[in-house]
Amino acid sequence: MSDLTRLPASELAALLDGGEVSSVEITRAHLDRIAAVDGDVHAFLHVNEKAIETAEAVDAARAAGTASGLAGVPVAIKDVLCTLDMPSTSGSKILEGWVPPYDATVVARMRRAGLVPLGKTNMDEFAMGSSTEHSAYGNTHNPWDLTRIPGGSGGGSAAALAAFEAPLALGSDTGGSIRQPASVTGTVGMKPTYGGVSRYGAIALASSLDQVGPVTRTVLDAGLLHDVIGGHDPHDSTSIPDAWPSFADAARAGRREGSVKGLRVGVVSELAGGEGFQPGVVERFQESLALLEEAGAEIVEVSAPSFQYAIAAYYLILPAEASSNLAKFDSVRFGLRVTPDGQPTVEDVMSATREAGFGDEVKRRIILGTYALSAGYYDAYYGSAQKVRTLIQRDFAAAFEKADVLATPSAPTTAFPLGSKVDDPLAMYLNDLTTIPANLAGVPGISLPSGLASEDGLPVGIQFMAPAREDARLYTVGAALEQLLESRWGGPLLAQAPSL
Amino acid sequence: MPKPDLMDFDKALELFEPVLGFEVHVELSTATKMFSDAPNPAAPGGFGAAPNTQITPLCLGLPGSLPVVNEKAIEYSISLGLALGCQIAPSSRFARKNYFYPDLAKNYQISQYDEPIAFEGSVEIELEDGTAFTIPIERAHMEEDAGKLTHMGGSTGRIHGAEYSLVDYNRAGVPLVEIVTKPIFGAEHRAPEVGKAYVSTIRDMVRALGISEARMERGNLRCDANVSLRPRGQEKLGTRTETKNVNSFRSVERAVRYEIQRQAAILAAGGTITQETRHWHEDRGVTSAGRPKSDADDYRYFPEPDLLPVEPSPELIEQLRAALPEAPAVRRRRLQEAWGFTDLEFRDVKNAGLLVEVEETVAAGAAPAQARKWWTGEIARIANTRSAEPAELVSPLHVSELIALIESGDLTDRLARQVLEGVIEGEGRPSEVVEARGLKVVSDDGALIAAIDEALAAQPDVLEKIRDGKVQAAGAVIGAVMKAMRGQADAARVRELVLERATGE
Repeated sequence: MSDLTRLPASELAALLDGGEVSSVEITRAHLDRIAAVDGDVHAFLHVNEKAIETAEAVDAARAAGTASGLAGVPVAIKDVLCTLDMPSTSGSKILEGWVPPYDATVVARMRRAGLVPLGKTNMDEFAMGSSTEHSAYGNTHNPWDLTRIPGGSGGGSAAALAAFEAPLALGSDTGGSIRQPASVTGTVGMKPTYGGVSRYGAIALASSLDQVGPVTRTVLDAGLLHDVIGGHDPHDSTSIPDAWPSFADAARAGRREGSVKGLRVGVVSELAGGEGFQPGVVERFQESLALLEEAGAEIVEVSAPSFQYAIAAYYLILPAEASSNLAKFDSVRFGLRVTPDGQPTVEDVMSATREAGFGDEVKRRIILGTYALSAGYYDAYYGSAQKVRTLIQRDFAAAFEKADVLATPSAPTTAFPLGSKVDDPLAMYLNDLTTIPANLAGVPGISLPSGLASEDGLPVGIQFMAPAREDARLYTVGAALEQLLESRWGGPLLAQAPSL
Repeated sequence: MPKPDLMDFDKALELFEPVLGFEVHVELSTATKMFSDAPNPAAPGGFGAAPNTQITPLCLGLPGSLPVVNEKAIEYSISLGLALGCQIAPSSRFARKNYFYPDLAKNYQISQYDEPIAFEGSVEIELEDGTAFTIPIERAHMEEDAGKLTHMGGSTGRIHGAEYSLVDYNRAGVPLVEIVTKPIFGAEHRAPEVGKAYVSTIRDMVRALGISEARMERGNLRCDANVSLRPRGQEKLGTRTETKNVNSFRSVERAVRYEIQRQAAILAAGGTITQETRHWHEDRGVTSAGRPKSDADDYRYFPEPDLLPVEPSPELIEQLRAALPEAPAVRRRRLQEAWGFTDLEFRDVKNAGLLVEVEETVAAGAAPAQARKWWTGEIARIANTRSAEPAELVSPLHVSELIALIESGDLTDRLARQVLEGVIEGEGRPSEVVEARGLKVVSDDGALIAAIDEALAAQPDVLEKIRDGKVQAAGAVIGAVMKAMRGQADAARVRELVLERATGE
């Protein structure tokens, strides 16, 4: 049998279904792979000691006929998600060793579906960053080039997939934390419609922007995982109560002949190239558009003038909400506690704990957000940013009059070298130029590989966005393009990655 | 702490016009909390749970937890808003009020800021002499309560000087409605009375609505009283103080009076009032300075992104409006008629804040006149000596039982007072106290006749006097018998027996 770690989840599920392989075998193969390569990649912060035990239980359930679908397939979980049986640190020292008394809804749903948690993956502290360099627990390395960043904040989940340490992973996306890592590691990342997947048990960064979603190696796998984790959750008030179609079915539909015929693909002129975009990224983007056009899609140009203010608005709204969400880390009830010498007051203990427990980027954004919400500045900063948000939503609405989906490069560049931007926050922020608008508007966005940049041979991603609740369209167009590209490449892009 | 100078109340009113404002927090008695399915300690029977047992991850502000609005709390809030004569917002929003304090698990409180659920109302209150007075209502908004801190090791029970503090998060997340009045003008020398009558009206209202246990001593109802003075003839409002912890009707009255007298003394001496929160000390009857409070307190309010706007349907609002209990004035007329009280009798009950108690006592089977007599008499007297509210001391059910024991002849009024004392001391229900203290009336005529014989032996001329028509002479024998029986005899029966003896011989 071929190496189990190279197979997509859809094929592993088929093998499990046919009784050709056990979950224990699959899980062990991935644990072995982690043991072999994670020393170099450092995708995982914690490996689940009970993975084999869980796999055994799923095998028994499959034998008893009570498990199907993805049951028995392993999954890596971004450390932003609460897990009953593993520490959940959100990449921060302030939560070192904290084991929550509950599972995030998405984790509970995966367990119920029989997926086998492999462990928790590295991330920028509290999901603040685009390179995973802001993790309190060390850098994750891009499997394509270990000297480069794996993207962020969910660099651990993306790297785990690209290094074949896990067939499926969960991420969270506040401004691109699923899609940008997918883009720079040659994997697939989906940010669902805001409210499409429960946020309960996801350690909040910016509540109005955060969305949990699947990170995988194929579009179909993303659809399969999305079907498991998505849907209404009464524990999240912002969760959409309506029923959703099957996203796996939408992906399968994309692989059928003529699936994109007549589909209007809107190219956002402000995000299609120009300053800040690496030429190789734009080249691959154009190539993908041409393939879609050949397959019968109609390429139209749309304009979204307000998108130029997206990063500015985002870096007011996000820190404002984050400053409030992170106030709970005060040492009183959980997590780190630092007690200064002498006779400290409760305020002294809180300050010392936050001083020691938070990293620089987190402190920077807390200070920024506190300022943006201050009396006298609220209207000028937070208030204005919310107005920009409304304008961006209107731009999306106008664009979706002309197009069924919008397309942009997923990130302006390929993976940059570790350490090259960590001291330049503004340069780092610009990396989320193309992903942030979807979060501000609450619309879904998917990133899939569109090839390798000619100048550096590193993966490039293409992003599609759809109107809110139309996530299924993204799976259809994504799967269609994936098929067109893979037949050109003669297989998945990751097959071209250097072996570790 | 020396008592500051106080100006004579009448003199203060001559020089200054008092302007009042009240913030009343009402804990709703829903089964679960405002934003989580934790049991609500303010629900019936929920009081007194062991610390940190009525909690969920949200009550502790654990990472990843999220709030979900309790729909029942929304309904209760709408009902209260309607009873306050307010408009109900078709869409209102929760906001985060950000500040660090160890009893606030998330370090922000979910409250309503610029978009309250109810606004622009008014409440009619009735003063002691029956005059009506209108309190203008600014808004009623929903929020969550904080946990409770107990400061240990200090002498004052306050955070300063304490060695350590204990936090109980049971109360964290209890649903609250905060009712904020507009500035209240025109109360003049009745300002203290207006305060008391307002809070008592709110209590009666929430009890009638069935949305709160409304026990002030348990913190179900909490009042902050704002007082400012302006010199007569001045348009501009004076600087106000906000007195916290005013948690009984009587305290509201006393605290308002105290603040008027204190502020007047300062202003008349050329001083200025500091805008601050002040603490009310029930024991000493004074307020003391708390935290300076400026309008610049920065809570960095912003709309709560974890919750959707509250958008009650017009149908729901109308349904709740139709289910409102009768208006207080209508209710008062109905009760007075049903009980057959004179205006004066009824006003006595109402002014003592005992309408609900009498109503419930009557509902439990007591005669209205008896219920009134016990509540406004003995129970009010004991409450007064203990600086407590009558309702805190004894339940209407027990008072009704006490009255039944009198009616059946098992207790005399005098014995009943002792039984009441036992009930208040927590010795059980009246019948249990009667049993335990052995207070039952001696209804055995044989024992009474023996005592009468003994008394007559000491005062042999009494029978003669009675036969001569001096019936009042029996009093001396009755007194002696009652003394011998340690009060546990029915004086009327003793009298009957004495008279029988006189006429029978």
